[in-house]
Amino acid sequence: MDLEKKGIYTVHEFTLAVKSTLTKGQFNDVWIRGEISNYTNHSSGHRYFTIKDKNSQLSCIMFKWHGKNLNFEPEHGMKVLVLGDIDVYEQRGVYQLKVRDMRLDGIGELYKAYEQLKNKLAMGGLFSPDHKKPLPGFPRKIGVATSPTGAVLHDILTVLKRRYPVNILFIPTVVQGESAAQSIVNSIEALNRTDVDVIILGRGGGSIEDLWAFNEEVVARAIFKSRIPIISAVGHETDYTICDFVADIRAPTPSAAAEVAVPERQELANQISRLKDRLIENEKRYLSDRQSQISELESGIDPHFLLERVMQYVQYLDELAQKQTSNFGRLLEVKKALLDSHAGKLEAISPLGTLSRGYSITLKLPHKTPVRNIADIEISDEISIIVNDGKIKCVVNDKEECKWK
Amino acid sequence: MEMSFEESLTELEGIADKLEKGQLSLDESLLLFENGIKLVRECNMKLKNARQNVEKLILDNEDIKCEPFDMQE
Repeated sequence: MDLEKKGIYTVHEFTLAVKSTLTKGQFNDVWIRGEISNYTNHSSGHRYFTIKDKNSQLSCIMFKWHGKNLNFEPEHGMKVLVLGDIDVYEQRGVYQLKVRDMRLDGIGELYKAYEQLKNKLAMGGLFSPDHKKPLPGFPRKIGVATSPTGAVLHDILTVLKRRYPVNILFIPTVVQGESAAQSIVNSIEALNRTDVDVIILGRGGGSIEDLWAFNEEVVARAIFKSRIPIISAVGHETDYTICDFVADIRAPTPSAAAEVAVPERQELANQISRLKDRLIENEKRYLSDRQSQISELESGIDPHFLLERVMQYVQYLDELAQKQTSNFGRLLEVKKALLDSHAGKLEAISPLGTLSRGYSITLKLPHKTPVRNIADIEISDEISIIVNDGKIKCVVNDKEECKWK
Repeated sequence: MEMSFEESLTELEGIADKLEKGQLSLDESLLLFENGIKLVRECNMKLKNARQNVEKLILDNEDIKCEPFDMQE
């Protein structure tokens, strides 16, 4: 039987046969252009979607490990280019593309992705003015992250040199192409480990594709995380990148970034010279104020007037002295009279007065105590009798008590 | 420690303000004036002596190192 001759597959065997035919190599490593639909970013991290055009559609899966390098977040309706290999999903018997890389197809899509990321980061607060760090007024060392080739570095160094020469730490950075985003992140992180106090992140002008690295989320987050203030100077005046919004300051061009970074030397010199003029003028004014103050005081002091005052004082002193002398003489006289009268009284009651009138004083020896009563002495005591003109030493022979009054 | 240009400039401005306000003794005013003029000289010197020095930062795995850099004209 034909049927038996040809053999019968199981479903699984057939599916495997188809798979081996399809995956032989002809449909590997292909780029396909299409529009995303039914997009699901699964919680497992794998992305499931369909790409389609007017007439056909193709199931796609992008595994987590391939998707982590995406520089934009795919969404429904985006026009993309996908790179992948064909595969058959055996359980459901469908063929699908295992996507390894995805690019936005055309400028319109890049702008879409740009707007999308800009909105997302704005919502996340990455552009918030509160987070902007102030630039140092006088940087000591400036970090410059840009391409080692091209005019940007030259422009920045030239402007810095002209305005205010400072120390510069240049870090060669890839600013375009596949590795650019990571290179920019590395440079920002490396400069954050040095002593620079401001960073200029620069790149010359170019198309939106050329500047794309500056629109990637990793770069935006690295700028946001930087401890050191960053001046972004990407492209020309009219080019705005996500970096410009996250950076602490956006300069329209690399040269302008250098101008923002440092003060102008000549301007500073002028400022100092103005300060010097102020110092001198103020000090002059201060001194002349003092001088006129002194001459005013001086004119208030007339030497003749002073002499007159002095003479008056001299006269007054003389007067005082004279008054004192006369007062003193009178006082002496009064005191002398007083003294004489007291002396007379004293004489009248003096024991010497008594002796001169013929009386004597008896003292008991050996202590010369005056004898006032008969009881003061005993028989045989030695006594001394003082008379007007001498002393008589005696021994008591007898005593007798008498009442004279 | 030597003051930075920024610090010198700030101090100079402060001195100019103080002198302007007056209310100082003669000694204080002369001393401030002298300091001010000294700062003017220092600031001008710093401005005059500022030099550009460019180094290149090189990433070597985890290490970073610097080397002198000359811009090819």
